[in-house]
Amino acid sequence: MTPAVETYATLAEAARAMASGDGVYLAGGTLLMRAVNAGEVPRRIIRTTDRTLREIAPVGDAVRIGAGVTMVELLQNRELAFLHAAARQVGGPQIRAMGTVGGNLFAPHPYGDLAVALLALGARVVMAGQAGARPLADLLRDRARTGLVAAIECPRPRDARSFGFLKVSRVHPRGASVVSIGAHLPREGGRIRGARIAFGAMGAAPLQASAAERALEGQALDAAAIARAGAVAAQGIDPPSDSLASSWYRREVSGVHLRRLLESMERG
Amino acid sequence: MSDGMIEFRKEFFADERDDTLNEIGKPTRRQDILGHVTGRSPFYDDHLFQGLLHMRCARSPHHAARIRRIDTSEAERTPGVVRVLIGRDVPLNLNTLLSLLDFGIDDEPVLATDRVRYRGEPVAAVVADSEATARAAAAKVRVEWEVLPHVLDVEEAIRPGAPVVLDIYPGNRFIYHGKYDHQKLRYGDVEAALRAADHVVEGRYQMSPIEQAPIETCGAIAAPETNDRFVCYSSTQALFFSLATSSKLLRLPSSRLHFIGGTVGGGFGGKVDSIHEPLAILGAMLTGRPCKYMWDREEEMQVGAPRGAERWYISDGVMRDGRIVARKFVGYFDSGAYTRLSSYAIIKAVGHLPGPYTIPNVSADVSCVYTNRTPATAMRGFGITGVDFAIEAHMDKVAEVVGMNPIDFRILNAYRDGDMKAHRRSAKNCALIECCQVVAEKAGVQLSNAARTASSRQGGGGDRGRLPAHTALDQSGRVEGFDTGSYARKAGQRPATQHQVPAPVAARASPATQAASVQSRPRVEETRVAPSASQTTQQPAPPQQHPAPPSAPPRSGPIRFSSLSGFRRR
Amino acid sequence: MAKKPVTFTLNGTERAAFADPGQNLLDLLRRGVGDLTPKYGCAQGGCGACTVLIDGAPHLSCLVLGETVEGRAVETAAGLSGAALHPLQEAFMVHFAAQCGYCTPGMLMAAKALLDQTPKPTREEVEEAISGNLCRCTGYEPIIAAILSVANGSVRA
Repeated sequence: MTPAVETYATLAEAARAMASGDGVYLAGGTLLMRAVNAGEVPRRIIRTTDRTLREIAPVGDAVRIGAGVTMVELLQNRELAFLHAAARQVGGPQIRAMGTVGGNLFAPHPYGDLAVALLALGARVVMAGQAGARPLADLLRDRARTGLVAAIECPRPRDARSFGFLKVSRVHPRGASVVSIGAHLPREGGRIRGARIAFGAMGAAPLQASAAERALEGQALDAAAIARAGAVAAQGIDPPSDSLASSWYRREVSGVHLRRLLESMERG
Repeated sequence: MSDGMIEFRKEFFADERDDTLNEIGKPTRRQDILGHVTGRSPFYDDHLFQGLLHMRCARSPHHAARIRRIDTSEAERTPGVVRVLIGRDVPLNLNTLLSLLDFGIDDEPVLATDRVRYRGEPVAAVVADSEATARAAAAKVRVEWEVLPHVLDVEEAIRPGAPVVLDIYPGNRFIYHGKYDHQKLRYGDVEAALRAADHVVEGRYQMSPIEQAPIETCGAIAAPETNDRFVCYSSTQALFFSLATSSKLLRLPSSRLHFIGGTVGGGFGGKVDSIHEPLAILGAMLTGRPCKYMWDREEEMQVGAPRGAERWYISDGVMRDGRIVARKFVGYFDSGAYTRLSSYAIIKAVGHLPGPYTIPNVSADVSCVYTNRTPATAMRGFGITGVDFAIEAHMDKVAEVVGMNPIDFRILNAYRDGDMKAHRRSAKNCALIECCQVVAEKAGVQLSNAARTASSRQGGGGDRGRLPAHTALDQSGRVEGFDTGSYARKAGQRPATQHQVPAPVAARASPATQAASVQSRPRVEETRVAPSASQTTQQPAPPQQHPAPPSAPPRSGPIRFSSLSGFRRR
Repeated sequence: MAKKPVTFTLNGTERAAFADPGQNLLDLLRRGVGDLTPKYGCAQGGCGACTVLIDGAPHLSCLVLGETVEGRAVETAAGLSGAALHPLQEAFMVHFAAQCGYCTPGMLMAAKALLDQTPKPTREEVEEAISGNLCRCTGYEPIIAAILSVANGSVRA
């Protein structure tokens, strides 16, 4: 009923504490404290004051973003300008001051807009106490597994115009997603190579629109390709129903919104 | 305040107004604004008490169920729990809000004992030394349920064989005036006028329940005072209503209750139901300690009574020139599982029909329907807002049929000073025409010459000011043998004893006893308004009135507001 | 479970309190310290009525674990005014920017966070700054006008 709160000086210690499996990690608090307030209280709340979690540093073609970096901190960093459109759409000012990049990866439907952008960009996740990084898509497929995210390595798009982000909500300027879309369409000689389209609010976690990716791969970003991608956008996806939109509605409009995003990217 | 937000059109009705107003039209400061901007306005939860206890309810997960057993032992054993209340701890565990106005029959328990009728209905209230403990212990209240069939749609609820929500209303409809299963309006002869009309335009309009969603959730804190009274800080919008309701349910003289309120963190109608005060005071009575009963946000949204859903069917008879000659309403208010204020909302609604238009033939059958949904209550103009949505949407539809622009059409049919309205009052100080003219001007809509030069003060009265020569009456929805309880009783006709509610069917009732209880229910005539000529053109004798005693001695009990129940002699 | 001592500054004054395990900052401020200006609206991060500033940035105190404000600077609406009202408070009074007043303390703190960072915001920036705060009395326009009037230096519009 009352949780034990354990505060560690280093990430490594916190990761060891998490390994036992009965703890929940407290980052910005916007998800965990909401649950605690509602009576869903974990036995142990684990946190760390390790400053390395808040570092942002370039790593080759990518940027390494500490899991504890807040949306506001991300928005203040010019290296991460390509993520600003997505980060700005997360919550209101208070949520952005509190919510972290790492926490956003675990936000339940319909939240997690930044994770959509990161997924579209092919970001990788560095787990505390583990060497190397694994694809974000892997983590999103099984978020219940315990482990502590140390950082996210996000490839910087070579051409800023090759990445687009769109969030559709009913309330402005702040509302939860009916659908959010990240699209990364790198081009070589006018052809799309390595298309990645990610949807938010179209599943339990952000996911890739594989059919739309296939429709765009190797194509020029023209009206015909955009129409084909829009037509197959929801293929193989079973979006959830909630108070914002029904599954049917999401399936119907996701292609329309994808088309609009792609058209705006085509115009540059 | 910027003056641009309000525009005064003082050219209208200038001769009717003494324009020496000192305040209206000028910015002014609210008297409570200093408290608001300093954060010092005392909302109910802004009172600190040493040893405050927190109350939280265990609630039904089912839309409808019989309660076989409530086991509070595990909750009671939880460290920090001081007391667990169930229905039998409430001195009078049955109420209807408007009983204070002598309108309606007690139908709703504070804590359900034998049956639940909506999801979220409270069955036990845990009092603990912290909010978290109360929450955890409320989850440990074990209830043995026997799930019952439920009904969530108004028209399904009034079909024969639908699950009965409240035994005292076996047709799932509130009984008006002890006689009808709906509130009636009859003015002129609608069926004849519909037959004579050039067009008949029908429409169906539905609105959903709307939660008031105040930022401050509903609640109350009660504490024993040193003078044998209980103080109660409340978010109520209706302080004396809540005081009297608490007095009734706790069987305490109101002189022992000290209510403090008036600082309400948003109400919009959702804070009149007096749900929290009786339980908070009871918690303080039974523990001797200050007790707070406050909804969290989820409760506010799930069990906080919303503006009820309404469904309206409108049939208009209209002539080619755009005059509406008949308007017929059939309306269903979704009261949810209990009456609360829906019965009264319908009286307001029917008094408002047919909207601000002069129509010589109007009829309405409006039912207050019980379903297994969250009980509905007041919200901003309730009873009016929903039907106005229906009326105005229908006006646009009818305008299209007769090929008029919708503002011209409204001006043509608008009531004017001196016109007779369907509730048999003369219209005065009308201003719809002038409003429409300003709207047309702002919207750039070109009005016809007649509409542009029309005035609320011209063209009214005369024939339009007279009652219809003939009003078609009928007995549809007549209910026989209904025990109306106290509200419809003439003053002094019967002693003011508590109304006898049919005994609830015992838990685990055998089919035989259930059948018996069905037979013992009042018989409801299931006659419906049939759109046949014979029924509406014949003029049956006026409904039989029970003779009232010539001189009624003053009656003890609640004050009567007879205009509410429609008995005031005119 | 043991309570934890927390020391922090509240509106410039050093304060200490004992936090229950899992207790949020809103509850700690209201019950533990007696600052009743932040309000409970949802405890879900949806309404902004509990907005306080922590080290100058707007936070939802209902979603902050109480003990984590150790050593930090917390500001609430109670600290806005001393002998004189804060210009935002004056502006809210003049512009009728409160009806029931329940969202007002949180709204003021969100506005203060904006003006501390951006003294001359655009209307869009004002809208964005209060987008995490709900006013159910539908009073956003007067609130926006009040905040802009402070930025313009003319409390009266």
